Amino acid sequence: MLNFLVTFIPRAIMQGIPLLYGSTGEILTEKSGNLNLGIPGIMYMGAISSVIGAFYYETFTPKGMMNPVLAVLIPLVCCLIGSFLTGLLYCFLTVSLRANQNVTGLAITTFGVGFGNFFGGSLIKLSNAEVPAIVLGGTSGYIKTTLPFANKLGWFGQVFLSYGFLAYLAIVIAIVASYILKRTRTGLHLRAVGESPATADAAGINVVKYKYVATCVGSMIAGLGGLYYVLDYSNGIWSHNAFGDRGWLAIALVIFTIWRPSVSILASILFGGLYILYLYIPTGTEMAIKEIYKMFPYIITLLVLIIVSLRKKREDQPPMSLGLPYFREER
Amino acid sequence: MKNKRTLFHIVKREALPWYQAWMIRGAAILLALIVCSLVTVMVTGLNPLDLYKSMFYGAFGTERKTWVLFQKLAILLGISLAVTPAFKMRFWNIGAEGQVMAGALACATVMITLGNKITSNWLMLLIMLVVSVAAGALWGFLPAFFKAHWNTNETLFTLMMNYIAIQLAAYFIIIWEVPKGSGKIGMINQNTRIGWLPYIGGKQYAIIIILIAILTVLLHIYLKYSKQGYEIAVVGESERTARYAGIKVEWVIIRTMILSGALCGFIGMLLAGGTDHTLSTDIVGGRGFTAVMVSWLAKFNPIVMILTSFLLVFLQLGAKEVATSFYLNESFSEILTGIILFFIIGCEFFITYKIQFAKSGKEA
Repeated sequence: MLNFLVTFIPRAIMQGIPLLYGSTGEILTEKSGNLNLGIPGIMYMGAISSVIGAFYYETFTPKGMMNPVLAVLIPLVCCLIGSFLTGLLYCFLTVSLRANQNVTGLAITTFGVGFGNFFGGSLIKLSNAEVPAIVLGGTSGYIKTTLPFANKLGWFGQVFLSYGFLAYLAIVIAIVASYILKRTRTGLHLRAVGESPATADAAGINVVKYKYVATCVGSMIAGLGGLYYVLDYSNGIWSHNAFGDRGWLAIALVIFTIWRPSVSILASILFGGLYILYLYIPTGTEMAIKEIYKMFPYIITLLVLIIVSLRKKREDQPPMSLGLPYFREER
Repeated sequence: MKNKRTLFHIVKREALPWYQAWMIRGAAILLALIVCSLVTVMVTGLNPLDLYKSMFYGAFGTERKTWVLFQKLAILLGISLAVTPAFKMRFWNIGAEGQVMAGALACATVMITLGNKITSNWLMLLIMLVVSVAAGALWGFLPAFFKAHWNTNETLFTLMMNYIAIQLAAYFIIIWEVPKGSGKIGMINQNTRIGWLPYIGGKQYAIIIILIAILTVLLHIYLKYSKQGYEIAVVGESERTARYAGIKVEWVIIRTMILSGALCGFIGMLLAGGTDHTLSTDIVGGRGFTAVMVSWLAKFNPIVMILTSFLLVFLQLGAKEVATSFYLNESFSEILTGIILFFIIGCEFFITYKIQFAKSGKEA
């Protein structure tokens, strides 16, 4: 049993980290009243931007000349820029041009997923590099660097210390986001904007600014999830559509955790575990059952959504103005 | 500091005459196409003229390609029509993907399990129709039921239902896969052709195009001239007004979503029984989401939906052709679709609002 847990938990955590990034980003966004359905696309944008950065650095740097600091910084900065710009586009369309949030979000997802898969599949051809596939082993090696003594600590090291720095960063970001939302004035203002923008506006809070900042920062955090998936979890190998529906799973997590990033830390690990549970459950010859296991996260989320709406507890409800546009002139 | 004035402010326009609104939309689409071709030229190094030639070839190049274009247009239009009644009610159903999938799954189930037992193709088609429509309707009913009674967020609900349908389909695909381990079902009833929609004049897709054309007209009449269509519009405009006028809002929500889901289920049957003759997890291929955008951007007008669907399908097939001939990834079409959508979404602002610049020296 212990052996099983020691191998299962790290895999579940590694599956959960991209979801944690995605859900933390989306929670911040939704707290400002923006229901950003573009998160799946934004996570692809983050992933492919980091891959493009790392690819150019790795392919056009002579072997063995890579600088560890640059190898980590370049993809990181590219990822942040890529996802920031996508988030900015969403904000520009929904906040400044007052477009419908659902439609804009879906368009962002179409664009982002397409952008990711297109450049993931065509980067080699476009850059005329002489490599057979996108394998960013070098970059991935640096990003995955763990503490040197992690594997000397037995099961403790394996369960808690065997991850690259991005995994810990995700947890730190989630805790900080929770703290800001709950304990600071900025968080209070942000929640006010999401609950009732008209009231917030009357109280002198700059609604537009809060919406922009929360959505763009949220997008950047979500983008990191894409980076983690490609450069850490998949060892820097891009394969078509490999990221799959994790972006939607991240949105499911937002509901599951009832808009609390700190809860998301454990919840994302739970979802990650559910995502790979089928690998560990003896199915015998019945291969089909694993597809049913993959359904669990969605069913559980659905149940949470229903229960929350049945109980009508005020602190568990979605932000009041979620999905609704705000025009000062239309009051 | 206290005298800070904004440089401009935004005011709502009086309703624009329709031709001006269309000029703005036309300009946005033109601009989008220019950006699309710039992007394509940058990526492929083609000269724009060859690019358009290649795209036209991808869409209309051969008779077969033209049929595919119209079939894809019909399906996208069909799903867009299906989601429209719910949208008009301001019910954010983004679960068309799942509802179509539920219909396709139900249809495939009938084709596989009854394929050897029923010999009359018409009886088979009738059963397929009933079961697919029922499955789609169920997928539409559930979120509507919870929305009507407990105000459960329908966007998130329908989103989750998508993946439940897709995973359910994935489950049955593995159960029915031929040969075992391939992960594919293969053509269903390939020899008997039981449950295949009939070919009209030897053309596989003709029936789908005809059916969708009829559906377009019927739905237009339903929304515009029927009492139920009127109720939908009132609920969409203001729930309180609807209640005051004696409309049973809960029932309208549930009834409309059953209709939306049922139509989606019907499209699912067209996909499984008419175009693909098989079931795969990407049989809907994101069109459930695209349809949401098509319907919304057309302001629920079926005629405009035809144009938007045509534009998107044309771009998709054209981009595929360009991508294949340059050994690039097929997802290129999604980038172009995204760009077009951004422009259409953005231009609505300039139709609804106008920007007034503050005159210098005067207080606004």
